[in-house]
Amino acid sequence: MNSSIGTDTRSNNKIVGGARRPSRFQIGPWLGVLPFFIFSAMFLIGPTLILGYRSLEGTDGALTLDNYRQLTSESVLSAYGMSIRISLTTAILGGLIGFLIAWAVSIGGLPRPFRSLTTTFSGVASNFAGVPLAAAYIFTLGRVGVVTALFKLLGVDLYRSGFSLYSFLGLTLVYLYFQIPLMVLVILPALDGLKREWREAAENLGATPNQYWRDIAFPVLTPSILGTMILLFGNAFGAHATAYALTGGLFNLATLLIGQQISGDVLHNPGLGYAVAMGMVVIMALSILVYSILQRRSERWLR
Amino acid sequence: MTTSVASVQVKTSARKQKLWAWVVFVVGALYFLLPLAATFYWSLRAEKDKLGFEAYRRLFADVNFLPAFSESIVNALAAILLSLLLIVPTAYWVTLRLPKLRPVVEFITLLPFVIPAVVLVFGLIRLYSRPPLLLTATYDSSRVVLICVYAALSFPYVFRSVDNGLRAMDVRALTEAAQSLGANWFTILFRVIFPNLRVALLSGALLTFAIVIGELTIALFMAQHTLGPYMANLTRSKVYEPSAMAIVAFALTWMALGLIQLVGRGQQGQITGGH
Repeated sequence: MNSSIGTDTRSNNKIVGGARRPSRFQIGPWLGVLPFFIFSAMFLIGPTLILGYRSLEGTDGALTLDNYRQLTSESVLSAYGMSIRISLTTAILGGLIGFLIAWAVSIGGLPRPFRSLTTTFSGVASNFAGVPLAAAYIFTLGRVGVVTALFKLLGVDLYRSGFSLYSFLGLTLVYLYFQIPLMVLVILPALDGLKREWREAAENLGATPNQYWRDIAFPVLTPSILGTMILLFGNAFGAHATAYALTGGLFNLATLLIGQQISGDVLHNPGLGYAVAMGMVVIMALSILVYSILQRRSERWLR
Repeated sequence: MTTSVASVQVKTSARKQKLWAWVVFVVGALYFLLPLAATFYWSLRAEKDKLGFEAYRRLFADVNFLPAFSESIVNALAAILLSLLLIVPTAYWVTLRLPKLRPVVEFITLLPFVIPAVVLVFGLIRLYSRPPLLLTATYDSSRVVLICVYAALSFPYVFRSVDNGLRAMDVRALTEAAQSLGANWFTILFRVIFPNLRVALLSGALLTFAIVIGELTIALFMAQHTLGPYMANLTRSKVYEPSAMAIVAFALTWMALGLIQLVGRGQQGQITGGH
């Protein structure tokens, strides 16, 4: 700790060596931000670095990439595969449905109050995840859920015909409950950025509504839509609590696999567990990176 | 002639568009309200042959509920306070004197989106559950770590709203005015900057509250008796109480988010987390 304060003040002196203020004031800003950096190192960066370091450690303690090679083993690949499938599906479906809803309440011409109702509800629903969401779906589509019962009244036994809330399809339905609202929240400002003049100009030049959407609106919106879908992907990929509450942690997902690895070395190789965790971090980092690049790109038009 | 045809076309297509907008909205509303309605219906059915609030009564009467709930509230408040104390000075100095650090600070505050909660708690346990950095030896010391992690999880939201708040005022002018009146840095931060950031601080705090109050993953693996693990346990062991609990949780989230809308009209820019 001491040494880091030392380097900070030294580099600080280097930067502002010739500044007009007395040095007593120059230490102030660095001391002001120091707690934030120490704290982040302790509770965000440190824990990730130790996993990264351990993932490179072989059983004998020497540095190796063996653990990463074992990521292709069947148990790991199937968990990653399921996570990626669910994240892709809910990102694409959530993205499309969320876009439609955002369109309906903005350009679609619904009365103003419906828009603010939708944004407020989306804020709530995108944060209404974890155990309460899982519970709500158990009461809706679980074995004795209300919708399941309604279907039975209509003569359709959902669970006999192969549906289960605790399956890929079930988890997809549950995840969409927080994916769609997130899409609505992020894409609404982009839709607002479509300028009325563009539409008017297109109409004056004789364009049909379809042509306007195909040649003007969609090309402008594409980076935002794609970027937000990637954000949704990461959002589902890192989700643990909802799936845990729904399935008791036994479903085959990457996050649940890590959870099992924490409770008791289910992979029978601690190093592999660390590599699985780091693999998740890499995928999340890539999706956030692509999201921010696409978001920056969309700002060119939508300001 | 052609213009009138075109205007009729535009009118009918506008009407068609509105119809589709209504269809989308109603279908969407059904999808989102159905689980809530079903859960609410279940929560009223705890007593045989009659609808009532028995499930809620049982939930609140459960000896484990209130302790878990109050512990989560205290954790959330502590995390919010800690987060504000760390973020406000940092955002202030980065805006005023250390603009070169801005990308680094922004990057760090985004880390909670990059590191999944389950990975973060994995690393925390590996780092702090054995000497030389044994921080999780007792329940209470683990609780301190949990609060710190919650504060870190709130960084993306709190930094963004504080940063927006700082942009909305003239930090430099306020600082120089206070300085010329003889204020020191402590006074400037706590008596000038903090009060001017009220709305930003409140919305960051409320969002943090909504995310932290029922957090499951980290609390679970750190063996904390907070609301998240309590609710997960309840869902597995009881029939009617989980429905009452889900409704209460939804109402809480709605309250926190509704308050944000109320205090910070026109401000947007929240991303979710913690599923």
